[in-house]
Amino acid sequence: MTAVAVDPAAVYTLRHADDCLVLSHRLAQWSSRAPSLEEDVALTNIALDLLGQARALYTRTSELDGTGRSEDAHAFQRDERDFVNCLLVEQENGDFAVTVARQLLFSTYQLETWRALGGSTDRQVAAIAAKAVKEVTYHLDHATQWTLRLGDGTAESHERMRAALEQLWPYTAELFETDAVTDDVVARGVAGDPQRLRAAWDSSVDQVLREATLERPSTSWTPTGGRRGLHTECFGYMLAEMQHLHRAHPGARW
Amino acid sequence: MSEQVREPLWEVFIRSRRGLSHNHVGSLHAADAQMALRNARDVFTRRMEGISIWVVPSASITASSPDERDPFFEPAADKAYRHPTFYDIPKEVKQL
Repeated sequence: MTAVAVDPAAVYTLRHADDCLVLSHRLAQWSSRAPSLEEDVALTNIALDLLGQARALYTRTSELDGTGRSEDAHAFQRDERDFVNCLLVEQENGDFAVTVARQLLFSTYQLETWRALGGSTDRQVAAIAAKAVKEVTYHLDHATQWTLRLGDGTAESHERMRAALEQLWPYTAELFETDAVTDDVVARGVAGDPQRLRAAWDSSVDQVLREATLERPSTSWTPTGGRRGLHTECFGYMLAEMQHLHRAHPGARW
Repeated sequence: MSEQVREPLWEVFIRSRRGLSHNHVGSLHAADAQMALRNARDVFTRRMEGISIWVVPSASITASSPDERDPFFEPAADKAYRHPTFYDIPKEVKQL
């Protein structure tokens, strides 16, 4: 993935594919450990939706960059530096409030992104986005419902939700960064402008926080690097766990 | 699965397609009605089982007691004349 001549559109779809895969794996880590049986199923449903989106985007990426690389090769045979997901999705599950906060912040971003991609000049990406919008609308609804109940719940749930938002908020700045890749795909009408997404994201998140009696955290620390393969420490451990089976038994199937 | 606070129980009814009635499919725990509806969606409609969901607090259901079974149901056993088996049903009438 160090090739320079690669189509920026392929880098763009890879970024979103990696977002989906990494968050899918984080959510799957809740399997059998969620606070209730019902929530266990809900979180893994969301994980499976995201995995499906990742697969479609990996396939499109391989068409765009001409490598024909398989979905498995994307997921299991790349090293940490090759992954270009945002830092937000790789953050550890923490307590349930952290998982809910991560989902709220990311699903809001993803929903706005997919909505914009619905009008992409890349018709395949537009079709993937059209299907994903329905799924992500539900993910956001799920996260919103829990944010309202934890934020406007007991003193303890409010405090945990507040702490979770404060912990994750710094990682949201990266979502709206622009670089040569985004400039190119926006100019060609493949993708929506990240800066324009920001306004929609702000008003959507602010409204949920207000209703949940939570304050919007403020931070001057805005870590970045995920889109260039520079990740937080926890990501390497997650990747090792996710990839070890495939690396120990290449091509394993069932 | 901590058990400190048990959320209320809800009964779930799903209509599989238009024209049919909602059928009871099971029960689940949820803090309130809106969460119960979402949990029902996640637990019971993963395989396209339905197009409409009802959730009802289990506590709102008044059920007949097994002790009352005889006075409730037994008297109907020998009243065959209540079944419409003495009429000729036209072939065109499929579901009666």
